[in-house]
Amino acid sequence: MREQKTKADNGTLLIRGGRVIDPAQGLDDVLDVLVRDGLVAAIRKPQNASSTEARSVVDASGLVVSPGFIDLHCHLREPGYEDKETIATGTLAAARGGFTAVCAMPNTLPPIDSRSVVEFVLQRAREEGHVRVFPIGSITRGRKGRELTEMAELAKAGAVGFSDDGDPVADPYMMRMALTYSRVTGLPLIEHCETPELSGGVIHEGWVASRLGLKGIPSQAEEAMVARDLALAELTGGRLHLAHLSTRQALELVRRAKERGLPVTFEVTPHHLTLTEEEVLGLRVRASPFESLTPLAYDTNAKVNPPLRAREDVQALVAALREGLVDAIATDHAPHTLVDKVCPFDEAAFGISGLETALGLVLTIYHQGQVPLSRIVEKLTVGPALVLGAKGQGLGTLKPGTVADLVIFDPEEAWTVDPQKFASKGKNTPLAGVTLKGRVKYTVLEGKVIYDDGR
Amino acid sequence: MRTVQIPEATTVGQPAERVAWNKRHVLDLDEFSRQEMEAVLDTSSAMKDVLHRDIKKVPTLRGKSILTLFYESSTRTRVSFEQAGKVLSADVINISSGTSSAAKGESLLDTLLTLQSMAADVIVIRHPSSGAPYLAARHLGHASVVNAGDGTHAHPTQALLDAFTIREKRGRLEGLRVAIVGDVAHSRVARSNLWGLTRMGAHVVLCGPPTLMPWDLLKGRETTPGHPFGAVEVELDLEKALPDADVIMALRLQKERQQMGAIPSLREYARLWQVNTERLALCRPDVLLMHPGPMNEGVEISPEAAHGPHSVVQEQVTNGVAVRMALLYLLCGPAESS
Repeated sequence: MREQKTKADNGTLLIRGGRVIDPAQGLDDVLDVLVRDGLVAAIRKPQNASSTEARSVVDASGLVVSPGFIDLHCHLREPGYEDKETIATGTLAAARGGFTAVCAMPNTLPPIDSRSVVEFVLQRAREEGHVRVFPIGSITRGRKGRELTEMAELAKAGAVGFSDDGDPVADPYMMRMALTYSRVTGLPLIEHCETPELSGGVIHEGWVASRLGLKGIPSQAEEAMVARDLALAELTGGRLHLAHLSTRQALELVRRAKERGLPVTFEVTPHHLTLTEEEVLGLRVRASPFESLTPLAYDTNAKVNPPLRAREDVQALVAALREGLVDAIATDHAPHTLVDKVCPFDEAAFGISGLETALGLVLTIYHQGQVPLSRIVEKLTVGPALVLGAKGQGLGTLKPGTVADLVIFDPEEAWTVDPQKFASKGKNTPLAGVTLKGRVKYTVLEGKVIYDDGR
Repeated sequence: MRTVQIPEATTVGQPAERVAWNKRHVLDLDEFSRQEMEAVLDTSSAMKDVLHRDIKKVPTLRGKSILTLFYESSTRTRVSFEQAGKVLSADVINISSGTSSAAKGESLLDTLLTLQSMAADVIVIRHPSSGAPYLAARHLGHASVVNAGDGTHAHPTQALLDAFTIREKRGRLEGLRVAIVGDVAHSRVARSNLWGLTRMGAHVVLCGPPTLMPWDLLKGRETTPGHPFGAVEVELDLEKALPDADVIMALRLQKERQQMGAIPSLREYARLWQVNTERLALCRPDVLLMHPGPMNEGVEISPEAAHGPHSVVQEQVTNGVAVRMALLYLLCGPAESS
């Protein structure tokens, strides 16, 4: 399965005999992929094994070959929080997770609210990055919710969308202005949907919060903001993308808006698709949810915003993914240091380090027979590319002539999560010790193997 | 599991009792079986005898170190632990957050590890964040952790002393009806009492403003099969909650609840939910009135009720020392193999 060097031309790579899933082309078949000069040169029926037209050959039999994953929502933390993550470590984690492009959220220090910070991020990505980095600019200066950023200039510098993520644009008037002004760039405004006055908690407002004496974040804090933003998107004609939706009723609101023809999109995360509020209890297997707590309770690695929700929310998210309502799966990769997480629950930072577990985690719903593999691949590839609009053109597909960003993974390989082996500086995951099924074997960026699991 | 024997000095005139005990920490009462609760209450009775002696000192915990680490202000709980340790001849050191390295930015975990390294046998912790004692228990290799109140989660020693007080006055908990009145949603005392009382077979009714009720219980009686609070009732009208009650527990109302919009005014709160002599007149003549303290007299409880014939508030304080003696003894007293 190891990449083999042959005598053919430099810059050619043959990926032989894999199951090629490219939902953008409706492809799902055992095929060879020939890459030349960083582009997909051909996708064709498997040739005989002695072919030497490519310098490198990857035997992908038994593996899935798909376009490289695109993460719409990732916190690379640089500049400002390099102890949590850097562009170098975050993009290496991305490559290991099968991602060839990540959108960098702007809640850095300083925030990505000026041309110079956009350029800094892009420069660091060129110098040290392992995958494509698409900066997201902030909607408001300093993410303070009062004045718009110079969106046109940020877009020109390379921002692919705008978000005050971590916080919503709380003032509805400011959000109306932002959505209206976004027509200048045509780029999506990515909203973190949380009504601050209804929130202020640390986990989902459900029976676990009640049991643990923790302040809850009710589903309605998300749903009220989703409803407000949909109304404003309709009013303004702005391009709205809703980040990490987590509740059943939020999905229903978006469903109705889409049925009315509103050009709204949204993402869900692997953890919201698979984990519930019960993770905070710190026990993997429970005979009864009413068992006594152990010292493992109050697991801060399961503290994330939006919080892990109730079982019915998880089921609704999975159903929405299955039927195609979901536009993209995004990680909301949020790395933190030990100091941020080994502390009382109220004081712990929100976030899960998610890039390196994304595939294995989301494939649990495939292995349970709930969502077909091609649908999952679609929402990791062409789905997010479509959300990015013009900036995503030519990405998320293996159409001949497009850039050869791709991932080769084994959907059946089981592995046990060991955060100490993460490339990410963020070891914060509730999945430590959990066995996942589905592992990235190779990640290829512009025709070059940037990650090889066997090496 | 180890078996410990109640010290002879405290069991004069009684046969030595053997108590099954295998706990290293006391974090909340959800982890106590009925038998274990009874073991603590029985041990507490023996300990209470010591408190009534002329010379209140037994050598049982000589050479043991108990550290109390309080990140919230407290008088009765901290002093109660200190007194309990000293009566048993343990060395007790008190640390409060204002004087600890927390003021210099040290993390909770580092402070705990430091204290453990100084050979603490028991670390008693109170912290404003729910779950802080679980963090301590997760990371401490040797010391026992006792939760002296964490955020809005639990206060197990308070619930044990409440159970002890009721059992001492009524002879049992089984079948009694206990009304817990006030700010249940933010009350760690109420939460731990829910576990303790229901496990001992008491019937609990929660009463207070709907804005201060746990929202999941407010939605209606818990119907999930096996839910331990399946029989817990919520009754917003105090005058309906009181008549059948054997015990009333009034909870402290923090004045911030008005600022957070949960009640219109202390005046209206007192009108609807204050336990006073008029309302005690609706109750059974032998009703017990309890309060975990500190009391806001004139708000959740009237001065006449607080100091009247039904009140057992001062006995709760004494019993608190006895229960904490029992727990310290069970956690680090001399072991005897069975």
